Amino acid sequence: MPKRNIKRDRKHGGYTLQLPADERALLRSLPAQFREVLQTDDPSLRRLFPPAYTDDDDANDEFQRLMREELLEGKLAALEIVEQTANADHLTEAQLEGWLGALESLRLFLGTQLDVSEEMYAVALDPDDPSAPALALYGYLSWLQEQAVEALSAGL
Amino acid sequence: MLQVHNDGKAVVSSGEKEKAEFDVARLHAHGLWATLRQD
Repeated sequence: MPKRNIKRDRKHGGYTLQLPADERALLRSLPAQFREVLQTDDPSLRRLFPPAYTDDDDANDEFQRLMREELLEGKLAALEIVEQTANADHLTEAQLEGWLGALESLRLFLGTQLDVSEEMYAVALDPDDPSAPALALYGYLSWLQEQAVEALSAGL
Repeated sequence: MLQVHNDGKAVVSSGEKEKAEFDVARLHAHGLWATLRQD
């Protein structure tokens, strides 16, 4: 069985987090970069701020006016949790849920930017592809998100 | 879930507009692509 890096801490409650230093450094640096992107109108953010109404522009504008700020605040709060706990050995359940949200936001943005499809999982990464580093990051974030989901669902 | 997988979409909630908008907002907060429409 592959090694799990995020595990439920049965003794103390919450979750233990075991990651190499370079991965932690990466995870600590991503929120600051992504926070800036989130404040822009980059079209690759469309999956993070989807329309509520696709057949009624007025209703959609009204919905966005009321909800977008709250949605953004939730995503920023999740990024802040990752930034602050990237070096932690132990996460509370609320913190791990923040990780899950932040990882999902990053994946949705990267996946939209790279136009990721299901078929891409079947082919190996081509190191000469200019998108290879971003695809590798997408793969890493997906793997880590799976670990977070498994750890959280182990507690159910 | 299977319906989403096969058809790409599924109705997951129905009710009054305010409740439906609340549900959609919660799904958006979890990164899910939810829309609502009036029937």
